[in-house]
Amino acid sequence: MTHGGQTLYAKLWDAHVVREQGDGEALLYIDRHLVQEVSSPQAFEGLDRRSLRFRRPSAHVATPDHAVSTDVSAPNPRDSLMALQVRRLIENSRKHGVPFVGETDAAHGIVHVIGPELGFTLPGCTLVCGDSHTSTHGAFGALAFGIGSSQCETVFATQCLPQSRQKTMRINFNGRLSPGVAVKDVVLALIAQIGTEGGRGYAVEYAGDAVRAMSMEQRMTLCNMTIEAGARIGLVAPDETTFAYLKGRPLAPQGELWDQAVAYWRSLPSDNDARFDSELTFDVSAVVPHVSWGTNPSQCSPVTGRVPDPAAEADPSKRGKLSQSLAYMDLEPGTSLDDILIDRVFIGSCTNSRIEDLRAAAAVAEGRRVSAGVSAMIVPGSAQVQAQAEAEGLDRIFREAGFSWRSAGCSMCVAMNADRLSPGERCASTSNRNFEGRQGPGGRTHIMSPAMAAAAAITGRLTDVRELAEEAA
Amino acid sequence: MIPFHTLTSRAIPLPAADIDTDAILPARFLLLLSREGLGEHLFHELRRNAQFALNRPDLAGAQIIVGGPRFGIGSSREQAVWALADYGIRCIIAPSFGEIFYANCINNGILPITLEGEPYEGVLDAADASVEFHIDLTAQTIDIGKRSPITFGIDASRRDALLSGRDTLDTILHDDMEHIARFEAQQQDAEPWLWIDETQFAPFASIGGDND
Repeated sequence: MTHGGQTLYAKLWDAHVVREQGDGEALLYIDRHLVQEVSSPQAFEGLDRRSLRFRRPSAHVATPDHAVSTDVSAPNPRDSLMALQVRRLIENSRKHGVPFVGETDAAHGIVHVIGPELGFTLPGCTLVCGDSHTSTHGAFGALAFGIGSSQCETVFATQCLPQSRQKTMRINFNGRLSPGVAVKDVVLALIAQIGTEGGRGYAVEYAGDAVRAMSMEQRMTLCNMTIEAGARIGLVAPDETTFAYLKGRPLAPQGELWDQAVAYWRSLPSDNDARFDSELTFDVSAVVPHVSWGTNPSQCSPVTGRVPDPAAEADPSKRGKLSQSLAYMDLEPGTSLDDILIDRVFIGSCTNSRIEDLRAAAAVAEGRRVSAGVSAMIVPGSAQVQAQAEAEGLDRIFREAGFSWRSAGCSMCVAMNADRLSPGERCASTSNRNFEGRQGPGGRTHIMSPAMAAAAAITGRLTDVRELAEEAA
Repeated sequence: MIPFHTLTSRAIPLPAADIDTDAILPARFLLLLSREGLGEHLFHELRRNAQFALNRPDLAGAQIIVGGPRFGIGSSREQAVWALADYGIRCIIAPSFGEIFYANCINNGILPITLEGEPYEGVLDAADASVEFHIDLTAQTIDIGKRSPITFGIDASRRDALLSGRDTLDTILHDDMEHIARFEAQQQDAEPWLWIDETQFAPFASIGGDND
């Protein structure tokens, strides 16, 4: 790399090269590792089998999120696979001296929600987790990506991973979001356009005045969904919004160290003359609320649209995929999207379970009732989010509207705890993946923003949230 | 890790696009704590369909999958790759792969071959026709009995890792511990705030303690 003209990604990469290995490969130093119960048991087992110890236990934080029960009235049975997996994480963390946050602790939550809350996630750091949505932390200008269990084990023992340098893509979002439109809509519109492999091989940096205007919560939603466009890494340059969010967090630097850190973080944004391998620009003011109708996140459309017709698809392989998706989703071509009736609503997940998400959903739910026959739940991303929402009275709004109010966890984003769809059930969900069976075998998922999911709960069908706003006005 | 040199086997055609890791191994099987035996649950839902190519009697014991575009996208679960390996799969040929899945394959001795266009179509037809494949990683060729074998590309470092069967962690422990120590000393000096003191965790996390 020459002086000047560097991208944020290049700066993060260069600052973590332990040893160049040629051909754009390097051994990278890993500053932070979030450890959860699903991807870690075999990594701990591997470490024990080799009689190795953690190189730096305090560079890791462990907490269970995927398998925990979020229903306080129905804890996981003691001998259930869920409870066994959580217990294994507790035992492994204790044995290896890894800082552990338990499921009833005040700091508990989904790894991608609590990392930032604790100030564990910092600009300029490298952060990994055995979870593909680790891209979330890129919102802070951290080089963060999901890894497999074998790589978790390697990080346990060495704090390093061999990596290939990615190409760089800058996506500029300009303009202002229209009322009723969320960042989730923007990112769904992006994925609909560039596809599920549009970002493959790239580290994506989001820029533009719309991104600068976003809160940290919004930036996290954006970076979180980057993996659904095929890129492991989504980045936003750190700025005053980032620093204001982090200041005073338990693991964020303090006093003189804080000033020193901020001075360094200010040097991280891409230089004005930095060159990207690919660059795209979008006007977000034209984006309208989106919903998915298919079985991958690129199969989504404005809610004002219709279910597409495979017969109109010229490419035979795409036609086949489309037909298969619609068959699984039990949807007829040409159906108005807002005529699709739903059975369940899930507001939560590492994509959309932060305080601003719950506020947006509560604004729609307030003074209204969940439609008869619809079962709707709100699952805060962390105990802190839960406490904040309760302090603001959001839980009361949700309960009065007929939503069930849960404690923190991954819940129905991923069918490995008690919250799942039954075969044939259709769900309006704020999670990230509408894959076949993702929320339970045979379940049908429509992904959308928190406000859109709340609107669907009220009407019992996919609904343009802007109609409810008009009704209230 | 078992080294990969050559492989002779028929191939299972699964050309559908976007076969994600939730389809390869549904999430509820991630609750199992061991990596052994996951092959039983491979493609759990899809396998119920008698027409699913994994169920073809003529392809029983096949060690190759010819997948579709974006094979293995989605969740980072390495269990999906363990399930494939446990079932006996040693090689996957597809037009493109999910990135994390691709890395997980390499780390488990499964050869992922990226192939597009005519060569891919040829391989897919051969899989469908139950033709025997002969794959040579050193030569980077797939021989399906045609006049000249199909060549494929793969990064040298990944090819070497598969050929040697060497383990990433062992390699780092053997080659790099001094480099790592040197890096850490420099970083502690330049970015001391990245070095969390154990006491900072006390207000919200527990460290160590007894296991009951």
